[in-house]
Amino acid sequence: MLYFSRFKVFSIFLVLLVGIYFFIPNFFSLNKNFFLSNQKVNLGLDLQGGSYILLEIDAKPLIDQKIQSKSLELRRELRKNNISYNNFNVGKDTLSFNFDNKQKSTLNSLLSDNTINNNIGPSGKELLIIVNENEAIIKFTNDLLNLIKKNALEQSIEIVRNRIDELGTKEPNIITRGTDRILVELPGLKDPSEIKKLLGKTAKLTFRFLSNTNDESSLGIEILNSSKKDFKYNVEKRIIISGENLIDAQPGFDQVSNSSVVNFKLDTLGARKFALASKNNIGRNLAIVLDNEVISAPVIRDAIVTGNGQISGNFSSKEANELAILLRSGALPAPLNIIEERTVGPDLGKESIEKGIISLLIGMLLVILYMIYNYKIFGVFANISLFANLILIISILSIFGSTLTLPGIAGIILTVGMAVDSNVLIYERVKEELKIEKSNLIAFDTAYKKVLTTILDSNITTLIAAFVLYYMGSGPVKGFAITLAIGIISTFFTTYVFGRYLVSLYVKKNKDNLIKI
Amino acid sequence: MSLYDKHYNFLKFKNVFMSISLVLFVISIIFFFTKGLNLGVDFKGGTVIEMKFEQTNNSEDIRKSLLKINLGDVKVKEFGSDKDFLATIEQKGKNNDFVASIKNHLEKDLNKKVDFRRVEVVGSKISKELTRDGIYSVILALILMLVYIWFRFEWQFSLGSIIALVHDVIITIGAFSLIGYEFNLSIVAAILTIVGYSMNDTVIIYDRIREFLKKDDKKELSELINDSINSTLSRTLKTSGTTLLALISIYFFGGEILKGFSFALIWGILIGTYSSIFVASPILIYFKVKRNWEEVIDTSP
Repeated sequence: MLYFSRFKVFSIFLVLLVGIYFFIPNFFSLNKNFFLSNQKVNLGLDLQGGSYILLEIDAKPLIDQKIQSKSLELRRELRKNNISYNNFNVGKDTLSFNFDNKQKSTLNSLLSDNTINNNIGPSGKELLIIVNENEAIIKFTNDLLNLIKKNALEQSIEIVRNRIDELGTKEPNIITRGTDRILVELPGLKDPSEIKKLLGKTAKLTFRFLSNTNDESSLGIEILNSSKKDFKYNVEKRIIISGENLIDAQPGFDQVSNSSVVNFKLDTLGARKFALASKNNIGRNLAIVLDNEVISAPVIRDAIVTGNGQISGNFSSKEANELAILLRSGALPAPLNIIEERTVGPDLGKESIEKGIISLLIGMLLVILYMIYNYKIFGVFANISLFANLILIISILSIFGSTLTLPGIAGIILTVGMAVDSNVLIYERVKEELKIEKSNLIAFDTAYKKVLTTILDSNITTLIAAFVLYYMGSGPVKGFAITLAIGIISTFFTTYVFGRYLVSLYVKKNKDNLIKI
Repeated sequence: MSLYDKHYNFLKFKNVFMSISLVLFVISIIFFFTKGLNLGVDFKGGTVIEMKFEQTNNSEDIRKSLLKINLGDVKVKEFGSDKDFLATIEQKGKNNDFVASIKNHLEKDLNKKVDFRRVEVVGSKISKELTRDGIYSVILALILMLVYIWFRFEWQFSLGSIIALVHDVIITIGAFSLIGYEFNLSIVAAILTIVGYSMNDTVIIYDRIREFLKKDDKKELSELINDSINSTLSRTLKTSGTTLLALISIYFFGGEILKGFSFALIWGILIGTYSSIFVASPILIYFKVKRNWEEVIDTSP
């Protein structure tokens, strides 16, 4: 245990050198040509400041839409096949109706067909169909519900990315979580309110005529609120053009009305539709509807054939800019709800780092003094391995680009406290061995041998706790788990390997002297 | 200075310590079900805002001001200085400019500039998930420990150590209920660390018990266990000592955010060290640990 081959000694110092190589750049900014690495520890949002926003897609409108279209399709097919039905009921994700039992076989063959019940993937089906004596129940399968969510998620994440990019945030991290969530991490952002505002709008834009009649109950008309004034409009449901036909939108300023506007440009199809509609409806009001609110409803004076238009609505320049961003980035397929938000200001992050470092230094100082007091020269060896340990932990974090969080710093400090445990175990064991063994070399050798299983057993239990934390925890807690786990592994190396080497040098030199611990 | 040469009889009063532990355990459970925990937004849902004013302020004024707008239950406490405050608000804010509106209101109402340094909004769905994950993770950690010790030792050791761990976890939760410190995600992390640490302590004593069992199968079991505790006592206390030194440093200098976390760890180290000596070890006597470690004696004729 006390013999180290040249190769072993070389390896130990190689590991330490690599550690120092990756450790230093974290504390000094170096110019690029310098031979040292520029890889630094990745700071978590709680240390560098920033926002963590978790969004959830509200898929209900999409499921609604799907069930409506399925019900239309089904009724059409039923009529086509001359199947009479009554009590047709449209639920949240189920359709049901009654039928004459005599037609059961026709119905069965219709429903088992692919016309209505489409396949999803190789084995999935859209619908779960139950046909009783004279009632049929048709339910959306989980496969279908998940597919709806998945499609919406894929579309949404693109649009979310567009909107965030428009605001020019640095290095946003946007990823999907589970089947219906999007995680947005915005490092360095102090106030996420603007982004939250942008993400909170689906931004479905439609151009629809105001109704000529004032009959609220007539079909094809809905009553919508104005976005600014306390005012209601009767708007036709028929859509002339929608946001999909937009190819560009920019904020602008209208000299005549002296207010901010949004100028937009339509694609060819949209321009053609718009030209036709405007030509035939001169004198009517065209409502510009965003998310079921009427922004404005100007009167059409001329046919608009260029495909260029302007939306005015008493905007401030900020509002005009926001609307332009929303229109450019496109509409979300479904509303997004913010279900979790955590924001830390950059100065609080800096303060946390400072306090973390101060408590690390004080904690270390206390442990160092304690070890020297208890074990004298061997305490010094333990302290040297403690420094090596700290360097290795930081360098491993840098190499793997792991994220250091505030609890992560606490994890490092905790490691400092626990790291000397292996030394304590060894030295206490040595004391015992020295009592029964005359030779210093043999006493140390046996102590190191005997204590190995104990060190492994005890560290593995902490490692298990760290792994559970890593897999179950989120954000900052994960950071704690990472430093705890790295700390345990590097502690083993620095105390049992490097520390043993230091001790071996001393013991070999003093093999015939009385060694006191 | 070393405690090594001293020899204490830890098992003499084992029934007394077991009773104390049992009482603490039961009291903790009673507290948990009657007083409950002061759950943070992680587990309850709601909004937490850490704010800094330019001038000094007091928490009652801030609370009164916040109550003027409809936010549900509002708690405000000083957070490190008389310019820093932490507000816990029941509402989660359906509206996306919820936080901005609170800030506007405060600045107008108190006529003081305020900086929101940290904002956490947790919806009820997330808080339920976090609660579930937190409970699962503690149970999972306990099961893994159980399996590991079973694998490395015998079932008696495994059971003994798990009883000690459950004891530590419950009494830590009881302490949080009693003191009313906020119970949040980082406290769960602390509890898991305590589980790991307490196990670490226990394993070291168990290791020694096993070693002595192999060496000597004549000695009275309680005497043997007592020897094991004594011979590892110096290590147990020294390691707990250094770990506590590091943790006390976090508690006093690590800032407000880490206060509850480091408190949980300090408490846990104390209770974990206690339980390794006074719960996990003596309990082996009740379980009748296997004595013949070296060879299996064939008893068949």
